[in-house]
Amino acid sequence: MAGCRMKLELSQVVQGRGRLGLLQEIGRMGQHSLDIPGCLLYTHLGSVPHLTQDALHTLLSLPAVTQVTLSNMAEHQEVLEEFKGGFKKFAGLHDTVLYCSLHDPAAPCPTGHTTNKTVSVWGSGGRIELKVDKFMALQKTVQPDWYQSMADGETWQTSTTRKRVRKSVDRTLAHLDECLMVHQKSQELDGVGVFGVVEGGDILEERVRSARETAKRPVAGFCLDGFQTGAMDQALRSQLITAVTKELPEDKPRLLQGVGRPDEVLACVEAGVDLFEGFLPFQTTERGCALCFSFDVTLDPESAGTATLTVPDEEQHTPRETQPNRDLNWDNQTHTTRFEMNLKHKRFQDDFRPLVEGCGCYCCRNHQRAYVHHLLVTNELLAGVLLMIHNTSHYHSFFRAIREALANNKMDLLRRRVLENGKE
Amino acid sequence: MSFKKTLNAVPPLCLRIVADCPVTKARACDLTLPHCTVSTPVFMPVGTQGTLKGITVDQLEGLGCQICLGNTYHLGMRPGPELIEKAKGLHGFMNWKRNLLTDSGGFQMVSLVELSEVTEEGVKFKSPYDGKEILLSPEKSISIQNSLGSDIMMQLDDVVSSTVRGPRVEEAMHRSIRWLDRCIAANKHPEKQNLFAIIQGGLDAELRKACLDEMTKRDVPGFAIGGLSGGEEKDDFWRMVTLSTDHLPREKPRYLMGVGYAVDLVVCVALGCDMFDCVFPTRTARFGSALVPWGSLQVKQKQYAKDFRPIDPDCHCPTCKRHSRAYLHALFKSDTAAMHHVTIHNIAYQLTLMRSVRQSIVEGRFPEFIRTFMKRMFSSRDQYPSWAVEALASVNVTFE
Ligand SMILES: [Zn+2]
Ligand SMILES: [Zn+2]
Repeated sequence: MAGCRMKLELSQVVQGRGRLGLLQEIGRMGQHSLDIPGCLLYTHLGSVPHLTQDALHTLLSLPAVTQVTLSNMAEHQEVLEEFKGGFKKFAGLHDTVLYCSLHDPAAPCPTGHTTNKTVSVWGSGGRIELKVDKFMALQKTVQPDWYQSMADGETWQTSTTRKRVRKSVDRTLAHLDECLMVHQKSQELDGVGVFGVVEGGDILEERVRSARETAKRPVAGFCLDGFQTGAMDQALRSQLITAVTKELPEDKPRLLQGVGRPDEVLACVEAGVDLFEGFLPFQTTERGCALCFSFDVTLDPESAGTATLTVPDEEQHTPRETQPNRDLNWDNQTHTTRFEMNLKHKRFQDDFRPLVEGCGCYCCRNHQRAYVHHLLVTNELLAGVLLMIHNTSHYHSFFRAIREALANNKMDLLRRRVLENGKE
Repeated sequence: MSFKKTLNAVPPLCLRIVADCPVTKARACDLTLPHCTVSTPVFMPVGTQGTLKGITVDQLEGLGCQICLGNTYHLGMRPGPELIEKAKGLHGFMNWKRNLLTDSGGFQMVSLVELSEVTEEGVKFKSPYDGKEILLSPEKSISIQNSLGSDIMMQLDDVVSSTVRGPRVEEAMHRSIRWLDRCIAANKHPEKQNLFAIIQGGLDAELRKACLDEMTKRDVPGFAIGGLSGGEEKDDFWRMVTLSTDHLPREKPRYLMGVGYAVDLVVCVALGCDMFDCVFPTRTARFGSALVPWGSLQVKQKQYAKDFRPIDPDCHCPTCKRHSRAYLHALFKSDTAAMHHVTIHNIAYQLTLMRSVRQSIVEGRFPEFIRTFMKRMFSSRDQYPSWAVEALASVNVTFE
């Protein structure tokens, strides 16, 4: 197989775990690179939610990798087949690396539909069941640069038994082998990277087995599945991820699915994760909120967090204690977290400051909290546009701060700074 | 900027006629307002609540928009005049650097609010937000518009539906004249905010004429033709328009309210109107209807699912330069950005149409432009709406 020629150059490994580096020669043409730890660009059908390309490109230094989901792609298979040029060209995305995941990290995914031979994805028209041949046919029409292999990730529910977890690991490995078999015979997929999926629920031995076995296959990178916010608490997540990443080769990227909260991201970076899905800015936007958590480690502790000083108040800071093994708490995702401010709140009515002082995004350079508040209470579409611009900018700057902290040995300070958010 | 200084010394509006069409009543003008010069004929997009339907002000400016609308009724309710004044007017609040026109609020009140009662004092209505009784008087309307700081304000007029006939129409016409005088007296910023009169009189030529005679005696900076575009017969509509432009002073801008369909725009430019506004292009965009030289294209219809051409291959808007009908069709199922793409295209369509109209007037070939436009818009000669043919014949443009 003429594989994917991506190279991962690690410049630093902190405490044996947190990895700082550069993914080079990514994309089928090998013309892109991505700093790690990093975050993918979250989209709906290749379009960052609410944003036209002009609005998106007010953001400087966007990540080189755009995520689309198979749940979006599957219902358009016929159209893409007729188009022939691949999804990037279809969506007018000229200069990006395309990663195709199975599910949308910001949309609920009903369980009970994975079998030994199939996975199911949910598009706007309902469930679409995919066997390996259909799955691979889709990848050939989408023509991504990377894609996530078929997987059975239904292990996060309360009732998940050890037996079910074991089955999910076996199934996912079997799916991967089937995908790789077709992949290697497909000229159209030459140079495309397959991401193998590590499962194993909350059982350490299963996690280790899944990682070890997946690492034996010719994959380009790894998806760590079943760790999403709500599935388990961070201590367990860190412990399992640390064990998993120990089994994975140094030179391949590890992408963690479904985790986006700043505090959890930091802990997972320290457990050895390289890449995250950038869905948090979207969820925050849908709540009418602006990310405002401080991550500036250049400030002295006293004056740090200028933007957040105005934020805390009881009603908007509902600390989300994650409850392990609850039905993936979707209702929690509609609640304001301590990392954001709810601009629908009346006190922003006559607040003429930018969303976050010092933020250089288009929204903060041009508009005030009072205006965004007005757009929200009048249900105007521009609210989503401006919030999405700011939230995307803020979140990607956070990842830049993580890399700087790793480079300058300031992870402890960064973690403290992030945890201080929302606390008086 | 020295330009700005001189502006402060002269009245806040200056109309320079660049070209008169030798055949029709059309004209191309440079309308200089406090925030920039507007090339007319002009279509003004409507940004009801201080925002244009998901489009950023930079995008709107990028499309070449020189003036857009805000609605006094909506903005007066939320966020309210005090707050907007604190935000340095509507310009500051929405960060729009070019011109703004605000309506009086009267039209919305009569059309949106059920419990409204019109007396000599003003329009009384119950707030849909807190149920309190509110009186919108001419003074109140101007006071709100002064707070909004718009470049062009509209007088409060007594609005009656264009399908109503009889004494109520005459009463409304006379009252609108009295309210005009009260509005003129109430304007706190005549040096930087223009107040336009609104010609009323329903579909009655004599009443219209009487209103024109009376209102043109006032030294207002511009005139609007009101009380039309509310479901009346097109035959009545164009006759009232042309009657109005016949009696309006040449040296002042004429604004035809609520008109925005492409054919109506082209015909009414020929009848001598300079300015237009309409919510239609942006509203229809959100339902996936894209405006094209041959009418409209419903992007959400199945037939476009595999159509890989842009909405209009000749359009230079950001949407048509990047996206296909098929992609937009698919995106409509996934994200609101699809609406923004079509909104941008539709605004671009309206503004480009008006620029082409102006260019043809300047180059003395407007009648030819009309013929080409109609030919493209309708599949055959017998599809041309008879009112448009008649209206155009009245200004010497005929078709084979
Ligand atoms: Zn910002
Ligand atoms: Zn276009």
